[in-house]
Amino acid sequence: MEFLNALVAILNYVVVPATAYGAQLALGALGVTLIYGILRFSNFAHGDTMAFGTGITIIVTWGLQALGIGLGPLPTALLALPFGIAITAALVLATDRVVYRYYRKVKTAPVILTMVSVGVMFVMNGVTRLLIGVDEIQFADGERFVVAARAFKAATGLNEPLAIRTTQVITVVVAGLVVWALFWFLARTRTGKSMRAFSDNEDLALLSGINPNRVVAVTWIIAAALATTAGTLYGLDKSFKAFNYFQLLLPIFAAAIVGGLGNPLGAIAGGFVIAFSEVGVTYAWKKVATYLIPNWEAEGLMQLLSTEYKFAVSFAILIIVLLFKPTGLFKGKSV
Amino acid sequence: MSTHQPSAARGGKIRAPLLFAVMAVLIGFEGMTSGWNGAIGILNMGLISAILALGVNMQWGYAGLFNSGVVGFIALGGLAPVLVSMPPTPGAFAAGGWQILIGLLIAVAAIVLAVWLNGRLAGKARVLAIVAVLVAGFFIYRAVFDPAVAAVQAINPSALGYLGGLGLPVLLAWPVGALLAAGAAWVIGKTALGLRSDYLAIATLGIGEIIVAVLKNEEWLARGVLNVNGIPRPWPVPYEIDLQGNAAFVERAAALGLDPVTASTLLVKLLYTGLFVAVLGLLLWAAQLALKSPWGRMMRAIRDNEISAAAMGKNVTRRHLQIFVLGSAVIGLAGAMMITLDGQMTPSSYNPLRYTFLIWVMVIVGGSGNNWGSVLGGLLIWYLWIKAEAWGPQMMDLVTANLSEGALKQHLVDSAAHMRLIVMGLVLLLVLRFSPRGLLPER
Repeated sequence: MEFLNALVAILNYVVVPATAYGAQLALGALGVTLIYGILRFSNFAHGDTMAFGTGITIIVTWGLQALGIGLGPLPTALLALPFGIAITAALVLATDRVVYRYYRKVKTAPVILTMVSVGVMFVMNGVTRLLIGVDEIQFADGERFVVAARAFKAATGLNEPLAIRTTQVITVVVAGLVVWALFWFLARTRTGKSMRAFSDNEDLALLSGINPNRVVAVTWIIAAALATTAGTLYGLDKSFKAFNYFQLLLPIFAAAIVGGLGNPLGAIAGGFVIAFSEVGVTYAWKKVATYLIPNWEAEGLMQLLSTEYKFAVSFAILIIVLLFKPTGLFKGKSV
Repeated sequence: MSTHQPSAARGGKIRAPLLFAVMAVLIGFEGMTSGWNGAIGILNMGLISAILALGVNMQWGYAGLFNSGVVGFIALGGLAPVLVSMPPTPGAFAAGGWQILIGLLIAVAAIVLAVWLNGRLAGKARVLAIVAVLVAGFFIYRAVFDPAVAAVQAINPSALGYLGGLGLPVLLAWPVGALLAAGAAWVIGKTALGLRSDYLAIATLGIGEIIVAVLKNEEWLARGVLNVNGIPRPWPVPYEIDLQGNAAFVERAAALGLDPVTASTLLVKLLYTGLFVAVLGLLLWAAQLALKSPWGRMMRAIRDNEISAAAMGKNVTRRHLQIFVLGSAVIGLAGAMMITLDGQMTPSSYNPLRYTFLIWVMVIVGGSGNNWGSVLGGLLIWYLWIKAEAWGPQMMDLVTANLSEGALKQHLVDSAAHMRLIVMGLVLLLVLRFSPRGLLPER
């Protein structure tokens, strides 16, 4: 019984939230890693792309709610997501046309492109704030829980509750579908194969007649879709606040580097590594320890780091990887 | 940074004096129209921004290093005035101050030991030993550190609750701020330099966030979000209230046709201006000398072609570390000056958009690689940043003048303040695209 209680506590406070958060980070890191692999720069505007896409999705959600259209138990935002993706894709394609294309033509150093992405970040951040403001917004509707805490306690007779929110399940399911679709696309379709070829060796790909403009456009569309999806899922799970999305940049970059920049599989693994370490290190383990070690009352909360320092966890993992395995867990690119 | 050199910038030799004259006219116009108090306020922060831009220019302009954690180094520099010049909290060191320091020493010792082991051992033993040292070190550190922190924070929490400073003159804090930032830069540079160029960008993004988080949460250090107020003023700057009580001063102000309140605030601001100009002048002189020296030519050679510089026997990673530390020290110095000017430490005000990326805009617009350009960029962009705050709503009022009252109009008017982010982003993009060498190109 004690053991089961401890297990449920770990599930409830660590495994479930970290899985959802990991899926969100993985989607974000996939976008960063794809842009790195094909356009060959670190996109600092990615966090604000997520914020912009989520902002659009929220506005469309409000519109649908006003019209009385919903998905029943599922959040309306899922219905609004395709609109968000379409508009975000249009925005990043326009940005590429106006901003990035020139630098590809003159073949500037990647670090200049990163600097350019900072300019794009500023603009996108401002646009998002103009659109939707800086306040915290909750936009999840529909059924709140798949497994409710009280019902779980009543059904099992355990002391510890287990609550699984609808948004957490949706996050994992949607992320799974998106990742499956992306890998299928990269592995099976002609465009996907040309993207991988372009990422592996640009010159060779160009020689074999791959149209670079097409590859770049498809990359931006996929990145926009990934960013909007990740942002919306994060917003549904927690809440939407433009500044939080900027701060997600660090864990997302850390996930991409830990996995190996330019390696999609690594980005997913990296997302979960970061999420589980972040939640695990900032969780107060006192309760679990009290269940597992009989007749012992822990002193303090047994929390390794307070939650304000969760960014320090991403950072520490990043530094460890940089020191010991600079190309990441899965072999990434080194330029 | 661009390798191709377009025709020399128009204006040649008189270009820089001309642009600085324009800047002076802008400040003068501000003084005439909205009052000298505000104008000198903008100038003072502009001077600090110029020093910040000078520091970032060393890293980016001389060496092509991308530091995206400028905000962290500014914040670390800002810690120095608190640690150096605030009066010590009575009884804090006896209650737990020494114990806190011992705890921190234990943490550092564990890390140093782990690094040393990393060089000595190999294979599985290395991993096991390092993990064991770090885990044990962490728990000992927490056991020593936590109770001490609680004891210090329990001392008069509404007014103090922190260690306090050393009670020394605040001018001493400026070089200390530089040292603090330099130390952090050395640690981060040692790990991230020599790897791929973007790694430094991402690692510094992290260190920036962490330094700000530490300042926000460690109340024993600088009261966290409770802020530290009343940081003493530097040596020549008096307090307004003393000036107003000084009969000679009031008489002189009256002779100039000023009331004592205005005269005292103006004098205080002007004295700060004098201090900042002196520091900026000194730094600029040193930076110009360095840039023209063989060392400066070597830095630029490394920036323009790392491989050929390495082939000439230059240690690229060492030189990068050197310039990264130097630049961060200048940033830390400016951070300490800023807190001295404000007279208070408010960690929650350290926003990366404002304190990292805006400084970048200053460097790029001014002309990366050119010290005078950074100074101009710092002054100009700070002026625009302040003015854009007022211009945004004014423009929005104009745009929405014909719109009927309603939610849309209200929303547009409310959000106009965010326009300046868009303006800064556009300025950065336009300069990078059409004039990558900036207003005052590198020679």
